Amino acid sequence: MADFEPRIVAFLCNWCTYTAADLAGTSRLQYPPNVRVIRLMCTGALDPVYVSKALLEGADGVLIGGCHPGDCHYQSGNYKARRRIAILHTILAQLGFDPQRVWLRWISASEGQRFADTVTEMVEHLRRLGPNPMRELPMS
Amino acid sequence: MAIQAWLPIEGGDAAGALRKFLAGLLSAGYVDALLVPCRLVGEEAVTPALVESPEALEACEPLAPVMSHNMAVMAGRLTVMDTGRRVGVWLRPCELRALIELTKLHQATLDHVLTIGVDCLGTYEVADYAAMVRAGKQPAELWRGAADGEAVPADGYVLRSACRMCEYPASASADIRIGLLGLDFPRQVLVESEEPLPVELPPAEVPARRQEVLERVRARRTAERDAAFAAWRAEVPDLRRLAERFATCIRCHNCMVACPICYCKECIFRTPTFDHEPEQYFRWAERRGVLRMPTDTLLFHITRLNHMATSCVGCGLCESACPSHLPVATLFRSVAQSVQALFNYEAGRSLKDELPLATFREDELTDLGK
Repeated sequence: MADFEPRIVAFLCNWCTYTAADLAGTSRLQYPPNVRVIRLMCTGALDPVYVSKALLEGADGVLIGGCHPGDCHYQSGNYKARRRIAILHTILAQLGFDPQRVWLRWISASEGQRFADTVTEMVEHLRRLGPNPMRELPMS
Repeated sequence: MAIQAWLPIEGGDAAGALRKFLAGLLSAGYVDALLVPCRLVGEEAVTPALVESPEALEACEPLAPVMSHNMAVMAGRLTVMDTGRRVGVWLRPCELRALIELTKLHQATLDHVLTIGVDCLGTYEVADYAAMVRAGKQPAELWRGAADGEAVPADGYVLRSACRMCEYPASASADIRIGLLGLDFPRQVLVESEEPLPVELPPAEVPARRQEVLERVRARRTAERDAAFAAWRAEVPDLRRLAERFATCIRCHNCMVACPICYCKECIFRTPTFDHEPEQYFRWAERRGVLRMPTDTLLFHITRLNHMATSCVGCGLCESACPSHLPVATLFRSVAQSVQALFNYEAGRSLKDELPLATFREDELTDLGK
């Protein structure tokens, strides 16, 4: 397990968290390279199907990053995303899959450090959890 | 003032009395048409039918314990656009609850609908119902247990599993409610209505026994439901086990087609979203040594849960439609229970409760996003 490198798929909103990730880069902040970023216009545009797909194909964690509550570029997309992720968490828990592999975090465009810290924290968390058990299945 | 009345019944023919009552609604112009279960082609099948002429109600089978389709979907087809016609729709409790969900999902309207909610003891699978008719049995004899709320299926047959664990034997919110349980069936059939009816019926005093029987049915079915959920959760403790349990899923999508809530005209699983370039499949196979095809079977079920669990009414038609006899309804109902509880929502309870996915509160779920 010592050489286990968690793989994180991140769905980041264009206006806040993606820009924060960009800022972390341009500020030369250091954080683990375990995250693969997919840019969305809004967390409210994220269908849970893509989160589920990542998990079923063996991603060890999924990070969903959006604007802080009240700051959504489209007024309320992040509140809607929060309900969808709450439902996904409930479903995963019901099906015996640890919902704490799916993180929803609010990171604004100016919070580059917060983005780097979040990724660092999530990688540590996933190292403790170990690999996604779905990894071993020949695609379900 | 709500009306409570007895239906006049001749010779213990409750179904005949119900046909006559429905014909009265049509003849009086109280409704322009009726959407009711009918035996139209052959003796073996009872399906929803749209009836315009009172004479055609001869084919109506109001008490046939079989549900080929969820009537709510048919009601949606008739009402999604205004035709100026008023239609009366015969609905079991799960069908009325589905119709309420479809209305909130803008797939039906209730503006010109007279909902006629009927008590339900449960239904047989379509094939079982047909086999019983072929064998000369009377499936409607199930109603013999109506007085005590005991659903005793004919020898060698069982009711659909969704019905055995359904805690909704009666509808509280229909415009007209047909009471059959906890009464002296078939000599007594209760009609309740909030509005005056076009047919004269003798007033009824509802015996206290009716409530007791309904409570008893609810308690028994709830216990059955909880036991089924507990057994399921023990059998399928994690996703891996779920994949194994659903390994015989052939991805026919029947569950999705039969589901009254899955209304999308273009389901994501019927688009090329998860079709990949050939190269991609080879890469996956190379990485794992083997790739199961078609891919994404578990993803299909988990996604359907994400999309419709908030509105699942537990009619169980998904499971009835499954050629592999997978416990689809148990999976969906058990998960839906937790999902709906999250928002204190109960699918089909009321038109006033907002769909959980159509609204939000700023001050909720604060421990989720950080």
